[in-house]
Amino acid sequence: MSTRLANGGRLIDRSKPKNFTFNGKRMKGYEGDTLAAALLGEDQMLMGRSFKYHRPRGVVASGAEEPNALVNLGQGERFEPNQRVTTTELFDGLTCTSQNHWPSLEFDVGVVNNYASRFLPAGFYYKTFMAPAAAWKHVFEPIIRKSAGLGQVPTEADADRYEHYYHHTDVVIIGGGVAGLASALAAGRSGAKVLVMEQTHHWGGRAAVDGGEIDGQSVDAWIDATLAELEGMENVTLRTRMMASGVYDHGYVLGYERVADHTPGDGRPRHRLWRIRTKQIVTATGAIERPLSFAGNDIPGVMLASAVRDYVVNWGVSIGDRTVVVTNNDDGYRTALTLKEAGLEVPVVLDARAEATGPLAEAARAAGIRVEAGKAIAKVHGGKRVTGVSVCLQAGEGSALEEIKCDAVAMSGGWSPVVHMWSHCGGKLIWDEAQAHFRPDPNRAPTSHDGEAFVVTAGTASGAMSLADTLEDAYAAGKAAGKAAGGKAIRKAGPKADAESEQPMAPVWIMPQGAGPKKRMKMWLDYQNDVKVSDVQLAAREGYESVEHTKRYTTLGMATDQGKLSNINGLAVLSDALDQEIPTTGTTTFRPPYTPISFGAIAGEARHEIFQPIRRTPMHQWHEDAGAYMEPVGHWRRPYCYAKPGETNEQAVHREVLNTRENLGLLDASTLGKLIVKGPDAGKFMDMMYTNMMSNLAVGKCRYGLMCSENGFLSDDGVVARIDEETWLCHTTSGGADRIHAWMEEWLQTEWWDWKVYVANVTEQLAQVAVVGPNARKVLEKLNAQAGGGMDLSAEALPFMQWADGKIGDFDARAYRISFSGELSYEIAVPASQGRAFWDALLEAGEEFGVMPYGTECLHIMRAEKGFIMIGDETDGTVIPQDLGLNWAISKKKEDFLGKRAQERSHMTDPERWKLVGLETLDGSVLPDGAYAVGEGNNVHGQRNMIGRVTSTYYSPTLKKGIAMGLVKHGPDRMGEVIDFPTVDGSNTVIKARICDPVFYDKEGAKQNV
Amino acid sequence: MLILECPYCGVMADETDLHGGGEAHLKRFGPGSSDDEFETYLFHRKNPKGVHFERWRHVSGCGKWFHAARNTMTLEVYGTYPAQTYEPPKELVAKIKKKHPEWGGYE
Amino acid sequence: MSNAVSALQGASFDGYCKVEEAGLTGMITLRGDLASKGVAKAVKAVTGAAMPGQGEVTEGDKGRVGWMSPDELLLIVDHAEAPAIVDAATASLGDEHSLVVNVSDARAVYRVKGAACREIIAKLAPADTSVMQPGMLRRTRIAQVPAAFYLEDDETAVVVCFRSVAQYAFDLLKDAAQPGGEVGVL
Repeated sequence: MSTRLANGGRLIDRSKPKNFTFNGKRMKGYEGDTLAAALLGEDQMLMGRSFKYHRPRGVVASGAEEPNALVNLGQGERFEPNQRVTTTELFDGLTCTSQNHWPSLEFDVGVVNNYASRFLPAGFYYKTFMAPAAAWKHVFEPIIRKSAGLGQVPTEADADRYEHYYHHTDVVIIGGGVAGLASALAAGRSGAKVLVMEQTHHWGGRAAVDGGEIDGQSVDAWIDATLAELEGMENVTLRTRMMASGVYDHGYVLGYERVADHTPGDGRPRHRLWRIRTKQIVTATGAIERPLSFAGNDIPGVMLASAVRDYVVNWGVSIGDRTVVVTNNDDGYRTALTLKEAGLEVPVVLDARAEATGPLAEAARAAGIRVEAGKAIAKVHGGKRVTGVSVCLQAGEGSALEEIKCDAVAMSGGWSPVVHMWSHCGGKLIWDEAQAHFRPDPNRAPTSHDGEAFVVTAGTASGAMSLADTLEDAYAAGKAAGKAAGGKAIRKAGPKADAESEQPMAPVWIMPQGAGPKKRMKMWLDYQNDVKVSDVQLAAREGYESVEHTKRYTTLGMATDQGKLSNINGLAVLSDALDQEIPTTGTTTFRPPYTPISFGAIAGEARHEIFQPIRRTPMHQWHEDAGAYMEPVGHWRRPYCYAKPGETNEQAVHREVLNTRENLGLLDASTLGKLIVKGPDAGKFMDMMYTNMMSNLAVGKCRYGLMCSENGFLSDDGVVARIDEETWLCHTTSGGADRIHAWMEEWLQTEWWDWKVYVANVTEQLAQVAVVGPNARKVLEKLNAQAGGGMDLSAEALPFMQWADGKIGDFDARAYRISFSGELSYEIAVPASQGRAFWDALLEAGEEFGVMPYGTECLHIMRAEKGFIMIGDETDGTVIPQDLGLNWAISKKKEDFLGKRAQERSHMTDPERWKLVGLETLDGSVLPDGAYAVGEGNNVHGQRNMIGRVTSTYYSPTLKKGIAMGLVKHGPDRMGEVIDFPTVDGSNTVIKARICDPVFYDKEGAKQNV
Repeated sequence: MLILECPYCGVMADETDLHGGGEAHLKRFGPGSSDDEFETYLFHRKNPKGVHFERWRHVSGCGKWFHAARNTMTLEVYGTYPAQTYEPPKELVAKIKKKHPEWGGYE
Repeated sequence: MSNAVSALQGASFDGYCKVEEAGLTGMITLRGDLASKGVAKAVKAVTGAAMPGQGEVTEGDKGRVGWMSPDELLLIVDHAEAPAIVDAATASLGDEHSLVVNVSDARAVYRVKGAACREIIAKLAPADTSVMQPGMLRRTRIAQVPAAFYLEDDETAVVVCFRSVAQYAFDLLKDAAQPGGEVGVL
């Protein structure tokens, strides 16, 4: 059994116990524990079930590489699934539950998959569920969804807050082990601005567990002294609980800081995502030990040798009383010696190498440990817990020579540098034969905007496997990074350790090397996704030669751990099956994040009210207070209608239309874009921007204009006012202000930069109110009468399509006599700061005239009754003004305007183009929006030929019937003809509509011109 | 994520502060041009593997358009320069040529 | 104008920095040739401030002047005076090609006060706030909207954004200034 030892544990404080629960069971750990250490300390070896076969699984590692031990952490609004116990800090009151089993962890029905495992090989899904299609949807998918999978989905909204933080620095050092600290010393001494980030909450990494001396002191003492020196440097920032999630182009690094995971609910942001821009990056990310592939290597109690050692030294936790060590390198002996020193039994060290002659093997023998060279594990015994191993020859096929009782197995298959951060941005790898691992190729580093390398590796991340080499490499890396980032060259020597001699490791990819199919089906490569040696070999036999294809076919390395333990072993097995060298097979692509990061961290502050910017007009609050139903228009929110109590939105819209036509309506038109164009060349520029002639617009007058893209397509429209000799004011659509402003600037900056024109966007400077209806003039004149405003609003002084500046009431106003409704209408702009007061004044003064505010839907209906087009309804990016019968607004005199050349192209002048007409149903009903009209015959696909479509359709309260506009082939030549609109609601009916003039109301325009 | 120096502001601007605008130094063809010329102007764009001249706008900074000479493979930025020009500065072309003698030059 | 109100009418929040809407502030966009004597003269006349260089903001007895782009300045003046200053600057510029326009009401202005004022902005803007000193102005974005900021003194940052997103910007700054969110590296 695993247990807490009486002594030891360099990271825990036994005077500070912490209580927690696992599957409802009360347990105790200590401050400094990871959840993994605390669970093991309470003999909780079984922690979950595997993804596919539901095999019992325990923790296998001690850090971020852990594939097995994932739990549901927390409860309710702080519940999160798939949390690695090895990277979860213990805190008082922590609650967690195991995942992927039913009904319980101990007894899991899903384990039948295990017994059926030979029917669930690689590519099982692809092979099984090809046909019939319905079987997948109704049979297989529901079963698989129930039995496969990891944690549960949270059911409550996340109670925590998150934030981003932009940081700019010279050097980022990723990893706070001894290599990271040595690099930080060098970079810090160079004077460069340095950020050091460490993913755990303690500094120094694993070096202290491995032992040795640095500069004549213990590793722990050196770490403390170095931290003290670094803390004294103003240019160095040290950050724990912060993992580098990814390295991106041009020195961009994402740092994932777990601020309050261990102190939930303390008011701090739970996670902070650091968005770092740096000149140089040092990756001191260490190395990860590889498992060995032997039968039963996934049974709880089989662990990485380094992890077994970590639990003893760091947390005072033993995995078992009797631990068999199996290794292909010297490092495994460190675990044997550590266990022995802690008073635990090591019945044997099985060394797969033919000889075991290194100093560490000798030390083990000297400590009385039995060492067997050339031996391997034939099979691990046990189900939910290791009970023993069968020993065999590594060179053979696995005949058991002996059975050894034990309750733990510590395996070491050699070490692989953590190359993720190096590789994210294109750093290349080389295969190191001696260490049997891929390591960064310093000659092919990722390059930055200046073409120079910006990532350098340090220590074991470079492939330096001894303490002495690590320190030397890391100090040099820090020095180089500091200098490259603009720091000064330093001469002070770095930390030193004594060189040690080691016996070379021997690559072992399958144990024993001649293992037959039965054994290979029990050798796990990817624990989390349940991928075995036999699966990879099957994939190779079935023709998956590319490592990227094999990965996807077998799902090797595709679990939440991204194959940190399994990748190299999998590559080796694949290479062997393909009979090629490992470097020929190559690696899969390393992509961020290094380990999964929370969605909260990615979203940062963008949640709730600040999920996205909401644009508000100066009258916005009034609309909300009035209970308006708001609709999004770009980022604006505009009132759709103002329903009164007991009224539906539709009824409200109809009331607003009738009231505006009969009495007085007010529209908050502040969202309309307003651009000032000024300069000696402004007229020439306006003529290029608009299809109409704008240079000859008289000062004081207004003109409706169209803007097209260079493709000729209609892009925006609005009324232009000539302010003075050199100045025009352009109204754009509500959604179009920023786009059209940018469009104008683009042409002025990149094509006609010699033209003297300035543009300014004054959209938000002005609140604009459309005062509409037969009583419009009366209410404004009343305001003037009340407060002595001087603007003459009479038809004579301010006729239709003119504008004037002055005072209306006591407001600084500009009034435009323009109408989008067909009624007498003034659009009045006042400074935004006065907007709300102006709106209030109009409502008060308008009461006797039957004033009512109206929303966007009323606006739409009134414009449709008048046959006015709407950008986005009648246009969709493929419609030219000529399609809409707007030829009157396209100048024939101008040599050029944006879109003119395109409109001369053959497709644009094709008489077959669909053109705008009005549509009225024979029965007065409302045509469905977007409905298509069908003609005679079928197209090449056997579908009915289309001859037109509806672009706008409404019930007209004014005319008491459905009205619509649409684009119809030869439409304007077919006035009075009836065309068919089949419905798509399943009723199989056809709506018949007559083609008519799109102007349904007041064709002469008499009402607006009074 | 790229950083480009805005030649107007002098700041190293984050990609999120910028808006990409495609190939630089296009010649506009308007009325009077042939169908082929117009088609080329409107639709045909270079897509080189290697040195490329492109348009960027410092959209949440000064709002100005500028040009960048950038390597589409390595993402190296050889230089940025104002947009008010018909072709890249000679010194910049020379600098790129020196670095990549095999490069065919600006055309 | 008694009817005039700023977007958030002086809303404020006390976090680990204080965030407050500055109320009505006069703001004028001036576009022109920044190298010309005429522009410098007009700017001096209406604000008392010298011409700012690239990325700078200068201060005069009647207002501040910020460098916004190679052909654009932002004049920060008294709100009520702004219309008259627009007229005065326009008159001073005479025939010189330029555009002077009142944008006071198109903006919302915030002060972030406290030792950590740079840090608050660093949570929202990709700009390097650590190098910012009084006298410098940076146009950038805060979260999803354009913004400009400068320092009035070492512990007072002024953030300017568009009026329509005033509430969003205030909520962003408030969120960033929540106690417990201290980063502590600037």
